Amino acid sequence: MTETVTIAPVAAPKHSSNSVLSHALYIMKDNPVTGLAFGLFALIALLALFGPYIVPYDPLASNTAQALKAPSMAHWFGTDQLGRDIFSRVIVATRLDFIIAIASVILVFIMGGFAGIAAGFFGGWTDRIVSRIADTIMAFPLFVLAMGIVAALGNTVTNIVIATAIVNFPLYVRVARAEANVRREAGFVQAARLSGNGDYRILLAHILPNIMPIMMVQISLTMGYAILNAAGLSFIGLGVKPPTPEWGIMVAEGAANIISGEWWIALFPGAALMIAVFTFNLLGDGLRDLVDPQRRT
Amino acid sequence: MLTTIGKRLLTVLPTLIGVIIVTFLLTRALPGDPAAYFAGPAASKEAVEQIRVSLGLDKPLPEQFIRYVKDLTQGNLGNSLSTGRPVTTEIVSRLPASAELTLLGLILSMMIAVPLGILAAVKQGSWIDHTCRVVATAGVSLPVFFTGLLLVYVFYYILGWSPAPIGRLDAFTSAPPNYTGFYLIDSLVTGNWETFRATLSQLILPAATLCIFSLAPIARMTRASMLAVLASEFVRTARASGLDGRTVIITYAFRNAMLPVVTTLGMVFSFLLGANVLVEKVFAWPGIGSYAVEALLQSDFAPVQGFVLTMAVLYVLLNLLIDILYGVIDPRVRLEG
Repeated sequence: MTETVTIAPVAAPKHSSNSVLSHALYIMKDNPVTGLAFGLFALIALLALFGPYIVPYDPLASNTAQALKAPSMAHWFGTDQLGRDIFSRVIVATRLDFIIAIASVILVFIMGGFAGIAAGFFGGWTDRIVSRIADTIMAFPLFVLAMGIVAALGNTVTNIVIATAIVNFPLYVRVARAEANVRREAGFVQAARLSGNGDYRILLAHILPNIMPIMMVQISLTMGYAILNAAGLSFIGLGVKPPTPEWGIMVAEGAANIISGEWWIALFPGAALMIAVFTFNLLGDGLRDLVDPQRRT
Repeated sequence: MLTTIGKRLLTVLPTLIGVIIVTFLLTRALPGDPAAYFAGPAASKEAVEQIRVSLGLDKPLPEQFIRYVKDLTQGNLGNSLSTGRPVTTEIVSRLPASAELTLLGLILSMMIAVPLGILAAVKQGSWIDHTCRVVATAGVSLPVFFTGLLLVYVFYYILGWSPAPIGRLDAFTSAPPNYTGFYLIDSLVTGNWETFRATLSQLILPAATLCIFSLAPIARMTRASMLAVLASEFVRTARASGLDGRTVIITYAFRNAMLPVVTTLGMVFSFLLGANVLVEKVFAWPGIGSYAVEALLQSDFAPVQGFVLTMAVLYVLLNLLIDILYGVIDPRVRLEG
């Protein structure tokens, strides 16, 4: 008797974590691309964590004797105009771009997601105020607004994060609002209300889980967009300042050399940027399959 | 319907007021002193002060704002500090270049993305689905400026098929007579095939860049919402009633899946207008985006304000159109007054 009592609490969580894991494995087997995305995500996270400790060269050290060298065994990705090792710079830049993306997405998910659901569900004044704010932001070409915000607040990484979050706010609001609005009078909401659930409980326990899949797609798209946004800002000369290694600014540094045939300066940071955004976007689809209740059964 | 549209039009006004306020505050908060910039590096303190007074920069912010709004009502966006030209003229002359580029990019990408998304959803889990995902995701993962540079490298440097990225026309072709400002249409109307070809060869790379960029969000949202709709009960009922696959997918499923797709279209447009700025920079396109970037980097705020306002008006109108489309596509979603 005492044995079963001591075993039971240990067995229960083990079983549940197993089922989550096996479900994730099942999803990945069903969809090999998702497996690839999770793998790439792990790689990016590792590079962001340990990148600066494993690179062969100092990313800031210039060596004009070695300037504009094509990729070789010594410099895998070649060297730029100042003879800096592009491979080291690309790897070290991972952390900065990764942090910008994660921070801005978390910020905007909290702000935009909840504002949008509340607007769609309550309607009336809540809707009007939230929509007005979103419309005002949305009425700007997003990238230019981000340019304006960074320029006005100052050229720091924090301001890039804030600008990116503000610029993405309407996207979250609109999707959450449209989804919540359609479900406002849905059968399951009315049933929940009839059973005595309050508005906030219905919002959080019934509507939020139902719109999570769509929000997940949104998160992954925004994650990618956040990196692109930051890179775009530094490409035009705002945002991160040289000589800080960052993918966008490195592409800009190599842009002039493209026409004369030195492709490697812009290509490798651009490719790194692309792979990172690619990973986040694929991850979104994978997460959607993972959280979608309709597919889970 | 007309009343609801009219009411919706009224709700546009507060948005525009918000936009004007935000634009005004943002550009006034830019670092750097416009008066000092305008006076030049060698100017004395008194000269800078004099310019500050003549530009009205010494007045308190609310007064500057009232002055700004008063000018706006007369269609006066002020003068650019760096070129001295009126911003309104500059924007009006540059707008068609940007519009032609953006529209061509969007049309190209719609024609590819929507069928792709439907196909991926209908054959979910098949190799088509996976290929579409990879292709479409790769499209949006490419930073626009990077895609542009790659295209330039391949088609200009390696293959030599396309002209150098130096704007709307090469040096040897003269611009067509100005009817719409869209070189493609103008040259077609006048039957000038040589100009049409020259225009197209300059336009195709930047337009393809924008197309590749906007492909993915449209395809993804089409796929996602088609999947949701295809899993719903009315589609199952339609199938069970013996309707053929084409009717079920196009008449039943697609029309219902359109709502999120139309939502996405509004966002895609906003992305496109932003991406346009970067593409214009890469291809030296003489549009309003590159105009705004130059001005912003010189803290020349009149062109930036003008640019942002023009975009805001265009974009608010687009949103209005999308809201009306909502009502047409899905009668459940009523326009709120």
